[in-house]
Amino acid sequence: MSDTGESSVQARSVGDAAIIYASDYLNKLSGERIERECKRQLESGHRTLIINFRDTEIVNSIGVSILVGVIDAAEKSTARLIFSDVNNHTAELFQMLGLTRHVSLVSSEDEALSLVSEAQP
Amino acid sequence: MRRLVPLFKALTSQRSPQRFMDTNTQRLLHTFSALADLGQEIAAAGDFDEMLRTSFHLLLGSLAIRRGAVAEYERELGSVRFVAARGLGESLTGPLALSTDHARRLSSLGSSISLADAGKEAERFLEEHKDAFASVEIDLVLPLVVREELIGLVLLGEKATGEKFTDEDLEVLSALSRHIGVGIRSHRLLDEVGHKAAENLRLYEGLRAIYKETVRAFAAAIDIKDRYTQGHSVRVGKYSEIIAREMGWADEEVEGITIAGYLHDIGKLIVDLSVINSPDRFNAKEQKEMNRHPYAGYEILSPISHPYADIPLMARYHHERLDGNGYPDGLKGDQIPPGAKIVTLADSFDAMTTDRPYRKKLPLEDVLEDFRANTGTQFDPEVVCAFCRAFLKEIEGSKERRLLNLINRNYSNVERLSPMLSQMLSEFDGGGTQTASAAGH
Repeated sequence: MSDTGESSVQARSVGDAAIIYASDYLNKLSGERIERECKRQLESGHRTLIINFRDTEIVNSIGVSILVGVIDAAEKSTARLIFSDVNNHTAELFQMLGLTRHVSLVSSEDEALSLVSEAQP
Repeated sequence: MRRLVPLFKALTSQRSPQRFMDTNTQRLLHTFSALADLGQEIAAAGDFDEMLRTSFHLLLGSLAIRRGAVAEYERELGSVRFVAARGLGESLTGPLALSTDHARRLSSLGSSISLADAGKEAERFLEEHKDAFASVEIDLVLPLVVREELIGLVLLGEKATGEKFTDEDLEVLSALSRHIGVGIRSHRLLDEVGHKAAENLRLYEGLRAIYKETVRAFAAAIDIKDRYTQGHSVRVGKYSEIIAREMGWADEEVEGITIAGYLHDIGKLIVDLSVINSPDRFNAKEQKEMNRHPYAGYEILSPISHPYADIPLMARYHHERLDGNGYPDGLKGDQIPPGAKIVTLADSFDAMTTDRPYRKKLPLEDVLEDFRANTGTQFDPEVVCAFCRAFLKEIEGSKERRLLNLINRNYSNVERLSPMLSQMLSEFDGGGTQTASAAGH
C-alpha cells in the first residue's frame, strides 16, 4: 500500500483496479484529496476505481458533491466505480441521493475485487 | 460539519434492523447539515472565491446535483460572470449578457425557473442563452435576489437520482441559494466600502498635500516682503521638521510643526515695510514695531481651521525664552509649548546662518557656541540635543542629508563640527535643567 504524499490518501493497485481509502470524515479537505487521487489513478490508466469507506463514519454535503465529481470523471474515462465497506447510514444516504445509480456498492474490498475479476473476459 | 458527528452517531445508535431512520428524516438531516455548514462557511469567509466554491459544493451536495454554476450579476457591465462551476467543463465560462430589464424580471420572479417550462417573463433571457444552457445540460435557474436586487444566478443540472426536482428540493435549494446571495452581496458591499475608504484616503492625502504646498507658497510670499531673509520661513519649517522627527514625534505632529515653521513669521505682513527692510540694527521704536509680529501672526492664524494642532500658538510663542525674558507674553519653561521651543531654535539657527543687512552670517562654531551659552535660558536642552543629534548623524554618514543640504549652501567642511556637537550632547543630553515635554504638544 502506498501513501500518495501531499494528499495523504492511501491507495494501492490490484491489476487494472486502483483502491483508494477514504478517511473517517469525508469533507472538503479529505474529499478533494480523494478526488485528486481518483483523477490521478484514471490518468495513469486504471479502468476500475474502488473507494474503500471502511474508516468513514460521515460524508457531508461537500463530500457528496465531490463524489459526484468523481462519478463524472470516471464516466468520462469509461471507468467503473465501486464503493466498498460503506456503513449503513452512508449507504442509505448514497441511495437516497441517487449515487448508487452510478456506482456499485459492495460490502467488502474482496467483493469489489471479485466483481472486477468477474467482469474481465 | 464535524460538530454534527455526535448527532449522527446518536441517531445511528437507534437504528432498527432494517433502516436506522426513514428517508425523509435522513434527507432532512443531510440538508440541515448542509445549511449549517453553509452558514459557517459564509460567516468565516476569508477568501471570497473559496467561500463561493465551498458554498456551491454544499448546495450541489445537498441533493447530489451533477453539475451547475454560480454566476454574479454585474449590472454596470450588463452581464453575469461565472464565479463557481462544477461539472460543466469548459463550455460555459465566459460572461452572459443580461440586460437591466431582464435582470429586473428575474429579480421580480424571485423563485426557481425550470428551463423545461419557463414562463413568459423569463423567456426572453432564457431564450437568448438557450443554446449555451442546453450545451451543458442546465435544467434549473435560481435567481439570487437580496432586497429585491438581483445579485446573480445559480444554474443547476440534473440530480444524480435522475428524478425531477420536487417542491421540497426547490425549497432547500432556494434556502441555500439565499445564503450564497447574501454572501456575494456582503462581499460586494465590503468591497465598495473598501474602495470608498481608499478613495477618501487618497482625497484626504491630496488635500493635505495641496494644503502643505499652499502654506509653503504662502511662506515664500511672506519672505518676499523681507528682501534680506528670502527663504527663511521655508527653511525654518524644514529645520523644525528635522528636529521634531529626531525627537520622535509622530508623522502627523511632524507635519504640523513643519507648517508652523512655514507660518511662524506671518505676522510680519502687518509690520511696516521700512522697518523690515531697514539696513541697520533696529532702534527702540523699530524693535517695538518688529516685536508685534508674533502676536499679529497668532491673530492672523487663529480664525483658520488648521488640520494640525496649535499652529497659531507656535507663531505667537516663537520668541519666548525659557527664562521668561522673551516676548510677547514672557512665558517661562513648560508654559511654552514644545512646538514653539522647536520653532525658536530653528528660527535662531537660520537667522544666525544667513547674512543680515547689519552683519554677515556667523561661523557655525559661533552658532553652536551661542546655542551652548543659551541652552536652559533661551533654548530648551532637549531641543538643542535633538538638533545636535540630527546634525551629527548626517555628518557621520546617515543616508538622509537634509540638514547638511540646507547648511552646505552657505558653509563648507561642516565635518569639523563633530567633536563640538558630541561635546554639547554630553553636556545637555538628559542633563538640562528644563526640558521640553513631547507629551502635551
